[in-house]
Amino acid sequence: MPKNPNVKRVLVIGSGPIVIGQAAEFDYAGTQACRSLKEEGMEVILVNSNPATIMTDGDIADKVYIEPLTIKVLEEIIIKEKPDSLLPNMGGQAGLNLGMELDESGFLAEHGVTLLGTTAKTIKKAEDRLEFKETMEKIGEPCAPSLVVENVQDGIDFANKIGYPVVLRPAYTLGGSGGGIANNQVELEEILENGLRLSRVGQVLVERCIAGWKEIEFEVMRDGAGNCITICSMENVDPVGVHTGDSIVVAPAQTLTDKEYQMLRSAALNIIDELGITGGCNVQFALHPTSFEYCVIEVNPRVSRSSALASKATGYPIAKVAAKIALGYTLDEIKNAITGKTFACFEPTIDYCVVKIPRLPFDKFITAKRTLTTQMKATGEVMSISDSFEGAMMKAIRSLEQHVDCLRSYDFTDLSKEELLERLKVVDDQRIYIIAEAIRKGVDYDTIHDITMIDHWFIDKLAILTEMEAELEKGPLTVELLKEAKRLEFPDNVIARLTGKTEEEIKKMRYDNGIVAAFKMVDTCAAEFEATTPYYYSVFGSETEVVESHPKKKVLVLGSGPIRIGQGIEFDYCSVHATWAFAREGYETIIINNNPETVSTDFDIADKLYFEPLTPEDVENIVNVEKPDGAVVQFGGQTAIKLTESLMKMGVPILGTQAKDVDAAEDRELFDKILEETEIPRAAGGTVYTAEEAKAVANRLGYPVLVRPSYVLGGQGMQIAISDQEIEEFMAVINRYEQDHPILVDKYLQGKELEVDAVCDGTDILIPGIMEHIERTGVHSGDSISVYPAPTVSEKVKETIAEYSRRLAKALHVIGLINIQFIAVGDEVYVIEVNPRSSRTVPYISKVTGIPIVDLATEVIIGKKIRDLGYEPGLQPAADYFAIKMPVFSFEKIRGAEISLGPEMKSTGECLGIAKTFNEALYKAFLGAGVNLPKYKQVIITVKDADKGEAIDVARRFEKLGYTIYATRSTAVALNDAGVKARKVNKINQESPTVMDLILGHKIDLVIDTPTQGRDKSRDGFLIRRTAIETGVNCITAMDTATALVTSLENAASQGELTLIDIATIAKRGN
Amino acid sequence: MKAFLILEDGTVFEGTHIGAQKEIISEIVFNTSMVGYLEVLTDPSYAGQAVCMTYPLIGNYGICEDDMESKQPWAEGFIVRELSRIPSNFRCEKTIQEFLEERGVPGIAGIDTRALTKILRDKGTMNGMITTNENYQLEDIIPKLKEYTTGKVVEKVTCESKYDLKGSKSLADNGPISGSSQFNKADFEKGIREPKPSMIRKINGSGLRVALLDLGAKKNIMRSLTARGCDVTVYPASTTAEEIIADKPDGIMLSNGPGDPKECTGVIEELKKLYQSDIPIFAICLGHQLMALATGADTFKMKYGHRGANHPVKDVVTGKVYISSQNHGYVVDTDKLDPKVATTAFINVNDGTNEGLVYTNKDIFTVQFHPEACSGPQDSGDLFERFISMMRRRKDA
Repeated sequence: MPKNPNVKRVLVIGSGPIVIGQAAEFDYAGTQACRSLKEEGMEVILVNSNPATIMTDGDIADKVYIEPLTIKVLEEIIIKEKPDSLLPNMGGQAGLNLGMELDESGFLAEHGVTLLGTTAKTIKKAEDRLEFKETMEKIGEPCAPSLVVENVQDGIDFANKIGYPVVLRPAYTLGGSGGGIANNQVELEEILENGLRLSRVGQVLVERCIAGWKEIEFEVMRDGAGNCITICSMENVDPVGVHTGDSIVVAPAQTLTDKEYQMLRSAALNIIDELGITGGCNVQFALHPTSFEYCVIEVNPRVSRSSALASKATGYPIAKVAAKIALGYTLDEIKNAITGKTFACFEPTIDYCVVKIPRLPFDKFITAKRTLTTQMKATGEVMSISDSFEGAMMKAIRSLEQHVDCLRSYDFTDLSKEELLERLKVVDDQRIYIIAEAIRKGVDYDTIHDITMIDHWFIDKLAILTEMEAELEKGPLTVELLKEAKRLEFPDNVIARLTGKTEEEIKKMRYDNGIVAAFKMVDTCAAEFEATTPYYYSVFGSETEVVESHPKKKVLVLGSGPIRIGQGIEFDYCSVHATWAFAREGYETIIINNNPETVSTDFDIADKLYFEPLTPEDVENIVNVEKPDGAVVQFGGQTAIKLTESLMKMGVPILGTQAKDVDAAEDRELFDKILEETEIPRAAGGTVYTAEEAKAVANRLGYPVLVRPSYVLGGQGMQIAISDQEIEEFMAVINRYEQDHPILVDKYLQGKELEVDAVCDGTDILIPGIMEHIERTGVHSGDSISVYPAPTVSEKVKETIAEYSRRLAKALHVIGLINIQFIAVGDEVYVIEVNPRSSRTVPYISKVTGIPIVDLATEVIIGKKIRDLGYEPGLQPAADYFAIKMPVFSFEKIRGAEISLGPEMKSTGECLGIAKTFNEALYKAFLGAGVNLPKYKQVIITVKDADKGEAIDVARRFEKLGYTIYATRSTAVALNDAGVKARKVNKINQESPTVMDLILGHKIDLVIDTPTQGRDKSRDGFLIRRTAIETGVNCITAMDTATALVTSLENAASQGELTLIDIATIAKRGN
Repeated sequence: MKAFLILEDGTVFEGTHIGAQKEIISEIVFNTSMVGYLEVLTDPSYAGQAVCMTYPLIGNYGICEDDMESKQPWAEGFIVRELSRIPSNFRCEKTIQEFLEERGVPGIAGIDTRALTKILRDKGTMNGMITTNENYQLEDIIPKLKEYTTGKVVEKVTCESKYDLKGSKSLADNGPISGSSQFNKADFEKGIREPKPSMIRKINGSGLRVALLDLGAKKNIMRSLTARGCDVTVYPASTTAEEIIADKPDGIMLSNGPGDPKECTGVIEELKKLYQSDIPIFAICLGHQLMALATGADTFKMKYGHRGANHPVKDVVTGKVYISSQNHGYVVDTDKLDPKVATTAFINVNDGTNEGLVYTNKDIFTVQFHPEACSGPQDSGDLFERFISMMRRRKDA
């Protein structure tokens, strides 16, 4: 079937800010889809509130709107841009829900817009629990006995009928939010009540618990002519009960016979055929471990995290093909881009094993529960490829960058056999390490299986790894043993640790005996056809098939690894843009990365893609084969920066800012010297290693002080300490891991925080703009609301910042990007920190100023000058609109996480509000972040003493907006004394009704709770904040944020039509 | 123990010996299926060949003898990257190592199977030897390898004498409908194993009698017919057309089988007579090639064949694409096809080669791929329905 000639202007909806359950995979899918549509000559109009994405670049779509993803905004865009079609299934659940709502209301029909791809009817059939079940029953596909309930009593009655445990799944939510397994009525009531509230349609499915069954997924494609294929099967190592996003997943399925495999494959095709899906779809099954019984768990009629994984695991570009299908093509008309010979209508077959491990944020939220449930908690994931499961597992573990490199990385040797068995019952991110220890202590496979329900095959694979550990430990290290250890992907440093030798000795022994990594190609067809796409993975003990490349200069671009809090999608944006810029300049580009969700690991971004861990050894293997002319580390976040020293040792020149200058910015003494030379003030401070030293420095400076490790991103481990006791506590946390670098203790200055990202060519500096943070210092810059252009500081401060930036960039010999954070106290400017590399704000500032910073940085790195590139150095004139970056959090997903903001970053994503006025931009930013008020016009205020003054002003403004104000005792007194009417509510341990009852009563819009200085010791405050978050109530923990919000709400009242700004136009103007 | 795979181009792979202790010379082919190694090993079409599995992890679920596609393994050698140390499946009866040893199949593990596949892809299928003799002499071996041909293998794999299979009377005879089987713990603990689930949801072949010419038939061809209600009589490959016609079947099924179709001169002669008989005929794989040869078309040997579970075939009439299971090294040459005799019904989407024929003014259609699956996708199973309708129409007429 040829392309539909009526489709010319397509509106694509993105997925909005990165939150747990909806991450970078949608930037990957959306970008691929947009490029695929443009390839077909379509005009693409893109809407996504997330400025950090590649898809929101001016050159990905024709029109780009970084606007809040709400119905109102989409309607305005449709009216303005008059698209003829809407592609809703690339933007995750968020995009799909919006497309559905627009269709259901009749708006699309009214404006002549057709829904492309899967139809609204199909989406409803797949997503609506009841319709889905009926459809499955009709075609004889079994579902677990279940009932959709809209109230708690119905849930209790049904659970009593089918028996506990039962699983609860709210309809239309992301990443299983609000779901869970209830073992008894008490748990049922708690989870169900919460789930009903979170569901967009107030429905929750109560179903027979199939926990412990094998969880098998199929990624399927179907075209408009009804041709169906499966792209990939995946098996979760963790059986049903753990969200697939939090499970270790292996592709293809490993423990199924052809009979089971084909049974489920046929079922998957049967299902998408009946649903009439056109495009990509994910089908999840639970398969009974000892029979042929299976249940359909769910169907996602859109691209998803699993489809990104399946794309990367097989090389089959699902989103790209899905977009072509949406235009009317059939699978047999679309070429397989990997082979260039075969067509999209075939099933990839792979000749390697893929393992995905989730990146869980428990290192950030140390108070959070580590248990894994049906509610997803992972912020990102890593994938690895090897010719054995063991190898893929070992590679994936070290790709995580969580201080783990083998199955001994968590030490459970102290636990007795009995304790281990007890611990095995806990389903958390450490389970594989516990299993490994249990195996070492002689627990048999059956016992481990009975407790964990993990298949024997996987347990045996973990056992093989522990046996190798033991053999290495026992010695002697023969060449044969070393060969086998490398085949199982034991890194040299682990072999060194186990054998008591040095890493150098191991490496030498390897090289002397020719034990080196070989590289194999991912080609979708297990070598059956010749492939042209250079997508590689390493194995030991095979021959290499990397093709000799062109006589071009080669550059290695190091990616940023898994998405985690503090190092998100922004760095993928930078890596991809740098790669494109190098390619434009005639370089051969090579990307190394291990994150399956990202654009950078798409096979057609760089000339060569190596899907590998980002450790020195793994990178060296690639360097040995490729012998690059240089490497860039400044775009891949801390992951890449950390590899600088190793790359230099390998003899790879670092392009751009040199390692010693990066060190100078991080090394306290060197940096102080530079500040002295350049006459730039900073807060007083010192470097320490121990708590004793820290206390001495703190007392010399006077409290409060800021404590943080050096060489970290996202302020990990950073805290404001107000006492010796807190210093001890924080130092203990930081020193959980051996620190290679000293810890910094600085005097805490309270002022306005400002930030610049700039490009420096060694002589001149280009500063696109100055960003100002709404929250004063003390809140991590990534968690602050950031405003461009800086609205409240004087011209003098701006000039000083421009001047200091110039001096710093020059003194540090920056070639490329630099990010600098300042504090302004009055007109005095102090520097907080300097990062001679890309930062979180680079995509944001590039887009809103129209200055392509990464492109410019890349050109500068290869020797061009800013002046030659058509830019006048210095601070660029401010834009005539405001662009506000708003952090977005995923606290509701992480049980037990402290939500109050501080120097350690906690947000998972961001959105943008851009408008002619500050107020409208702020309103849009809050809207984009999902703060959609008012609802009930009731607010609870409970603030620390220091904030009472500001709280009065905020409360008065809320009162004026018609809000009823509740306050805890002392706050209520302060408010009432100031003439603001506040109702006093009791604290948690006082008699009912307490503040908790009020929150749980679900009539509250907002909680403003500022914790006492430093880490909040009060259990009350913590409980109030957690309860608010978990019941879906907005909770603000900084007075500046509260002020901003009330300003936005005041503005909302008078807000008429929103102004829409096309980012693509800004980009063109910028150029 | 060390083992060696020696190819006729002189390439030697060193690995570990697996399976039976014996040396073999065979044609070396590769199969790209990710599951179904037992079905592959026991597919009679592999007679005379040693199979390399491109998926590196083999033996994960052990051996479930119920899944064998014939009474024994026919592949002469087995080449894998890694054999699983333990099997894991609720139906598993033994490990693949035990199976290979018991059934006399030698093999080699631990070699770079991808490198081997690339050689076969680039240079074409070739002969090879699997040996544990460390003192092999290439100059002695290579001439022997070059000499080897699979020969008249159909004679080896066909049944000895004719036998009957009864069609299912009701769906219940086929076992539980896919996925609906409820697990019975008590039964399981007593050692009662559930039958495999059936994908068939209609009994529409009752009363039809099918003559199946066994050229090396996979069990699931019989099962696909009997499960739909057809009664099946299986005939040895040497059966004459007259004998089959005399039994008055409602339809004739020509099975898959091994080797070069042109070696089957006797069968081709008989097929010429069956072609004239007006009895509806459905043929798979070798049967498809032989029918083409019997009616004046030609076949040729492909460079490295199609062996796997992911081959797209397109029905040229409806445009619908099926993902199919395939195992063939020869193919019908459509350039030499007389449209008055037969026209293309299916093509391979990847390389455009012929995947099926429909015979002009005849109730005959034949396919190169395997609608009976096992291993592989069951997407084209409906072709058996088409055969049944054809027989029904003829019978009712």
